[in-house]
Amino acid sequence: MAEVTLTIDGVQVTVPKSTTVLDAAENVGIIIPTLCYDPELSKPGACRMCVVEIPGMRNLPASCVTEAADGMVVYTASPAVIKARKTNLELLLANHPADCLNCHKSGECRLQQYAYNYGVDFGAFAGEKHRYPIEDDNPFLVRDLNKCIMCGKCVQACEEIQANSAISVAYRGFDAKVTPAMDYPLSTTEYSNCVFCGNCVAVCPTGALTEKQMLGKGRRWEVEKVRTTCPYCGVGCTFDLNVMNGKVIGVTSTDGDVNGRALCVKGRFGAGFIHHPDRLKTPLIKENGAFMEATWDEAISLVAEKLVGLKKKYGPDAIGVLSSARCTNEENYLMSKFTRAVIGTNNIDHCARL
Amino acid sequence: MRCYRAHVLVCAGSACVTLGCHPVKEAILEGIKRHRLEEEIKVVETGCMGFCEQGPLIVVYPEGVMYCRVQAEDAAVIVSEHLLKGRVVERLLYRDTDTNKPIPFMKDQPSLSKQIKVAMRNAGFINPEDIEEYIANEGYFALAKVLSGMSPEAVINEIKDSGLRGRGGAGFLTGSKWEFTNKAQGAQKYVVCNGDEGVPGVFMDRSILEGDPHSVIEAMAIAGYAIGADQGYVYVRAEYPLAVEKLRHAINQAREYGFLGYNILGTGFSFELNIRVGAGAFVCGEETALLASIEGRRGTPKPRPPFPANKGLWGAPTLINNVETLASIPPIILKGSDWYASMGTEKSKGTKVFALTGRIKRPGLIEVPMGMPLREIIYDIGGGVLNNKKLKAVLAGGPVGGFIPADYLDVSMDYESVAELGTLIGSGSLSVIDEDTCVVDLVKFFMEFSCEESCGKCTPCREGLKRMLEILTRVTEGKGQERDIEDLERLSDFIKNTALCGLGQAAPSPVLSMLRYFRPEFEAHIRDKHCPASVCAALLDSPCQSA
Ligand SMILES: Cc1cc2nc3c(=O)[nH]c(=O)nc-3n(C[C@H](O)[C@H](O)[C@H](O)COP(=O)(O)O)c2cc1C
Ligand code: SF4
Ligand code: SF4
Ligand code: SF4
Ligand code: FES
Repeated sequence: MAEVTLTIDGVQVTVPKSTTVLDAAENVGIIIPTLCYDPELSKPGACRMCVVEIPGMRNLPASCVTEAADGMVVYTASPAVIKARKTNLELLLANHPADCLNCHKSGECRLQQYAYNYGVDFGAFAGEKHRYPIEDDNPFLVRDLNKCIMCGKCVQACEEIQANSAISVAYRGFDAKVTPAMDYPLSTTEYSNCVFCGNCVAVCPTGALTEKQMLGKGRRWEVEKVRTTCPYCGVGCTFDLNVMNGKVIGVTSTDGDVNGRALCVKGRFGAGFIHHPDRLKTPLIKENGAFMEATWDEAISLVAEKLVGLKKKYGPDAIGVLSSARCTNEENYLMSKFTRAVIGTNNIDHCARL
Repeated sequence: MRCYRAHVLVCAGSACVTLGCHPVKEAILEGIKRHRLEEEIKVVETGCMGFCEQGPLIVVYPEGVMYCRVQAEDAAVIVSEHLLKGRVVERLLYRDTDTNKPIPFMKDQPSLSKQIKVAMRNAGFINPEDIEEYIANEGYFALAKVLSGMSPEAVINEIKDSGLRGRGGAGFLTGSKWEFTNKAQGAQKYVVCNGDEGVPGVFMDRSILEGDPHSVIEAMAIAGYAIGADQGYVYVRAEYPLAVEKLRHAINQAREYGFLGYNILGTGFSFELNIRVGAGAFVCGEETALLASIEGRRGTPKPRPPFPANKGLWGAPTLINNVETLASIPPIILKGSDWYASMGTEKSKGTKVFALTGRIKRPGLIEVPMGMPLREIIYDIGGGVLNNKKLKAVLAGGPVGGFIPADYLDVSMDYESVAELGTLIGSGSLSVIDEDTCVVDLVKFFMEFSCEESCGKCTPCREGLKRMLEILTRVTEGKGQERDIEDLERLSDFIKNTALCGLGQAAPSPVLSMLRYFRPEFEAHIRDKHCPASVCAALLDSPCQSA
């Protein structure tokens, strides 16, 4: 593949043709701030945070959508660039609630981070601010569009990752906002085809979209993240359990090998069973019509004993095995092996065919 | 074809329709019938003649006598006097704005004497609903010439040599664009005509679509041949129903006559054309937004590159040209690039249509060679400022353009010279501003427009224009502060340099232009709480001052 060599902040870098300036800079450790860019999503070039100065080019181009070219000279932090980024942030903050104190995203919010990096505060421009009602009438996610910076990532995640297109941008200019169909809440089943996968929440750079169940349960920096595999189905998505004082308060996306950041409603929002008082923690054996707690050894021995007895009495084909789509591939493989090799029957199926 | 003793041309452009040209036409037809002149006189509806303010307009040929502001009641006298007895009806003639002398003949119209009509050659002279009138004026000759003996490369070279630049605003060399699209790889390619015409006050594209739709159809077929496309779309804004109607009719006729469709003129070249009606957003005139709109998506701009020439409609190489650009193509093919390039300046060739509006005596559409001094356009063609007021400035480029102050009236109207003054030729809007206009108030009004029309996709335009409007509103209300000047400058600079599309990039232009040429007037609003033009209501010292 053809290569191009360019100079970024005085450093020469050679990259394959059609690499963006943003990626080329990252190659040499120069990190350019971005709000709407996401390597997994299409590039809208909308936030203009990533602008750089390239002599000979009109204006300050957005580095996330500008291709590196041979001999190009790029300044990622010239005075003009810094000034533009500051103004950009000031404008975003001028239309943003000043409530970092209580915001769940605090500590993991891009806007907050860049405001800190560039020394920018609220209040540079006085004027109208959005006053949207907060949408929290569903059990899963809270949408506070007052904190939305219109990066469009949620819309793209819904369209490009979830392939659902439950949300889009409506209205124009200052009034443009991300909405489900007809500007009804996501929970309006007649209009909204939202499946509450929360993949929009996973990509939102601000506190506009948050996981409802975690609100108020722990600041981002206090939470310990424990990577694990989702127990709900055979896909085996990876995610992070968010643990606070030894208790799981929720789930967030991580970069899983199988699933990237995508999760489904159960994986993302269905961790409530973990600490549920009704949760079964030991096997139960029915004795005299009532379930009694038992150890795994007792339970497994009992099942083995019964299976051996049945097989002796009626033959192996009297036994049928139904496995679960919630098991992993490996577990289903073992089940099949056990059924055919140990029990000796081909009577095996699983619930997804029912 | 039957021969008539006289032709009565009734202008049926949108403006004249609104002013009531149809009842006038009916009345004339009735008069003709009454005097049994049906065999001798033909009444023809044409597209816009470019004198909208004087409508309803009627021109009687062969003499070419022009009647203005004709009402249905006047029809009888036109028929009995002029058509029957050959006597000109003086009271309906156009009168010179200064001498009040009647000017009977259209060709003697002061506004026409300095014009050269290329893109507008047919609008107002032929019946747009009759393809044979177009053919009789060399229509489809260029297509025939191209298909019967020119290679696509030869066509592209002819356009390149003519120096024609895109009339949609950006002024990009048309031939080069055709060449890029020709060279782009793709099994399917498209030609798209941009008829969104969203800048308030300009209507040359509407005039051409209404008055001479075949010129656009012919040019698109030529373009299709040149770039290797067999499918085209004309995107027309929804506010132009008449244009859509005329165009639809013309496309059907062109199909019937074999100028569109399969195997055109038996040459093996095929080209189909469809219309897409817009949804009323200025930003949909921006090419990437326009293509998204044709695809059925929300019309918002996308970063370029990739340019439509490489990745356009549904990802295929797409040539997108403006109506006026396209209408100039057939004459260039027929008369040659040298002819076209002989008009204009070194870098801005040919003719450009301008829409004269605002405080001017003779508003309307004019077509002049590029490089004509603005003074000639305003005074010789436009007749000067209304009520002989003092000229303050001419606003070029509409609400996203800038001022050409009275002191710069000798500027040559070409892309480069106008850009040096901090404004642009754009789509050809020229709005005259007199001494009674407050620039700050006007600029605020433009900012309202840009705020309304911003699509909201990118931060600078969405958030920045809103703040600029708030500042300008404060200033016109007498609540301006010293730091507002600096903030306006900073925001203008920021939005211009970082916005995603041309709308945001151009939206601060009027503010920057105001600060460049009318800074004292702006500062007076802030420092002295005084509106020098006595327009801003909150800043009038006393009631008598505004009297
Ligand atoms: C906000 C915006 C609005 C535009 N509106 C129009 C329009 O109404 N008509 C038009 O022909 N071009 C318009 N353009 C320019 C088009 O993007 C494009 O450059 C043009 O159609 C190309 O044709 P041309 O090369 O023949 O001029 C607009 C551009 C911008 C940024
Ligand atoms: S929760 Fe999932 S389906 Fe619903 S809007 Fe977000 S991404 Fe789309
Ligand atoms: S809700 Fe979040 S992800 Fe969606 S546009 Fe707003 S800030 Fe971006
Ligand atoms: S500059 Fe304005 S109109 Fe253009 S993309 Fe940005 S928000 Fe939309
Ligand atoms: S990150 Fe490049 S424009 Fe948003």
